[in-house]
Amino acid sequence: MSPLIEFRGVTKSFGGPPVLDGIDLTVEAGEVFAVIGHSGAGKSTLVRLVNALEKVTSGSVLVDGVDLTTLSERGLREVRLGIGMVFQQFNLLRSRTVFGNIAYPLRVAGWAKADRERRVTELLHFVGLADKAWQYPDQLSGGQKQRVGIARALATNPRVLLADEATSALDPETTAEVLRLLKRVNTEFGVTIVVITHEMEVVREIADRVAVLESGRVVEHGTLHEVFTAPRERTTKRFVETVLRARPDADGLAQLRERHPGTLVTAQVRDGSRVGAVLSDAGRHGVRFEVVHGGVKELGAASFGSLTLELVGADAGVVAVVAGLRAVTEVEELG
Amino acid sequence: MATDWNTLWPVLLDSVGQTLWMVAATLVVGGFLGLLLGIALYITRAGGIVPNRVVHTVLNVVVNIVRPIPFIIFITAIGPVTIAVVGTQLGTGAATFALIAAATFGISRIVEQNLVTIDPGVIEAARAMGASPWRIVTTLLVPEALGPLILGYTFVFVAVVDMSAVAGAIGGGGLGDFAIVYGYQRFDWAVTGVAVAIIVVLVQVAQFTGNRLARRVLRRG
Repeated sequence: MSPLIEFRGVTKSFGGPPVLDGIDLTVEAGEVFAVIGHSGAGKSTLVRLVNALEKVTSGSVLVDGVDLTTLSERGLREVRLGIGMVFQQFNLLRSRTVFGNIAYPLRVAGWAKADRERRVTELLHFVGLADKAWQYPDQLSGGQKQRVGIARALATNPRVLLADEATSALDPETTAEVLRLLKRVNTEFGVTIVVITHEMEVVREIADRVAVLESGRVVEHGTLHEVFTAPRERTTKRFVETVLRARPDADGLAQLRERHPGTLVTAQVRDGSRVGAVLSDAGRHGVRFEVVHGGVKELGAASFGSLTLELVGADAGVVAVVAGLRAVTEVEELG
Repeated sequence: MATDWNTLWPVLLDSVGQTLWMVAATLVVGGFLGLLLGIALYITRAGGIVPNRVVHTVLNVVVNIVRPIPFIIFITAIGPVTIAVVGTQLGTGAATFALIAAATFGISRIVEQNLVTIDPGVIEAARAMGASPWRIVTTLLVPEALGPLILGYTFVFVAVVDMSAVAGAIGGGGLGDFAIVYGYQRFDWAVTGVAVAIIVVLVQVAQFTGNRLARRVLRRG
């Protein structure tokens, strides 16, 4: 893999304090790279630097080895032909049909009429909207609009697809459908995708690597697995917890304790951590257990999560079970 | 004194013809120039497609100076320019020139206001596709704002009919002049009434057509 997009010491300000501050990031060709952050963290600005809809204040952005800061407006338009973009509000042309919307970038790129028609038809089938070709955007549902947006972004066979909160205006079911489509774009066409989102669930579904943006800085980045299983920063931990209810918060713990007088422990669950095996042996120590909180999700190819357990039995037995858990995974005693 | 319709009838027909000519010429020529000026105002504004503070300020000030001048004053004040362009400052041609000039500035504002309603996200999407400002102006702006623009131009039609009634002040004729000379000044309410009725019908037809067109365009978009 080779870097397709590079941020080198990028700073961006709109006159006031910097919106982005000292960004160094590399996106490899063929990967799905997610940037997660709360609103105002600067992620929409960050993604707009890749197709130069915004210009850096200092530093440089390289796409396919070309430093965008050295290009004229005309040169940037050439680069933009090779970068598709999908938007939260879809941004379809209301005056054009689905067909017309997908054909628009092909007109911009100067494709001949016959080629345009062939390509649009191909894309309509890919996104499953062949029967909607002559409808107008206002006649479509949100999920259909975003599929048109994706088809339009892919029209000119770009190497890079930028998805700016592409699923944030959609309901969970439609979100999953659009994410599956994006994943297909990545695997079937080898398109590198940069996903901007504030939802960790989106990152979990689709990303290979992820960067966490906070107040214009990258506070943490790594592979999906690294960031989910060993988050270092508080912001990252919070994001991870939105997907995996890692351990009960203070209120939740107080409520659990009222109903569960036994010993409460939170055990991390990973592939091969054999938490289940330890628990099935608990009976031999005269200990009963109950799962009271938590969740396990798949993360790429691996499973990951945590379970909070109530252990009831003689002190010695409980200590033995906790020791058994400690031998296979990380355990936190909640008392 | 009974109204002598035998003599008045040809005059009335002439007046209707003059009004229709003045309004049509103003809408076509002034409508086009106003569209260009309105687009120029819109794209040069801060955050626009080709922001240019100097050009925008100049255009803005000129439009603001011309637009509030009452047309009865404008049509006489523009006299020297009318003579330079049309060759005379009297007659239907001269009145039409003044109408076009005034309408251009008025229409430019209506065009600008309608273009402002275009979702900036759509323009951003076009830029992200590599579209040049020229392409955005020619293929995106007018189609995206077409519905509101049609309603805007319908409004302008009514305003131009209203303005054209003043043409009589410089011998431009038209229905307004007819109503004043043969109706008001002769205390002949029947003549005034007929002139008014024709103008009302004209405006109704225009408004009805404009509404229908706009609805058709808006329904798909």
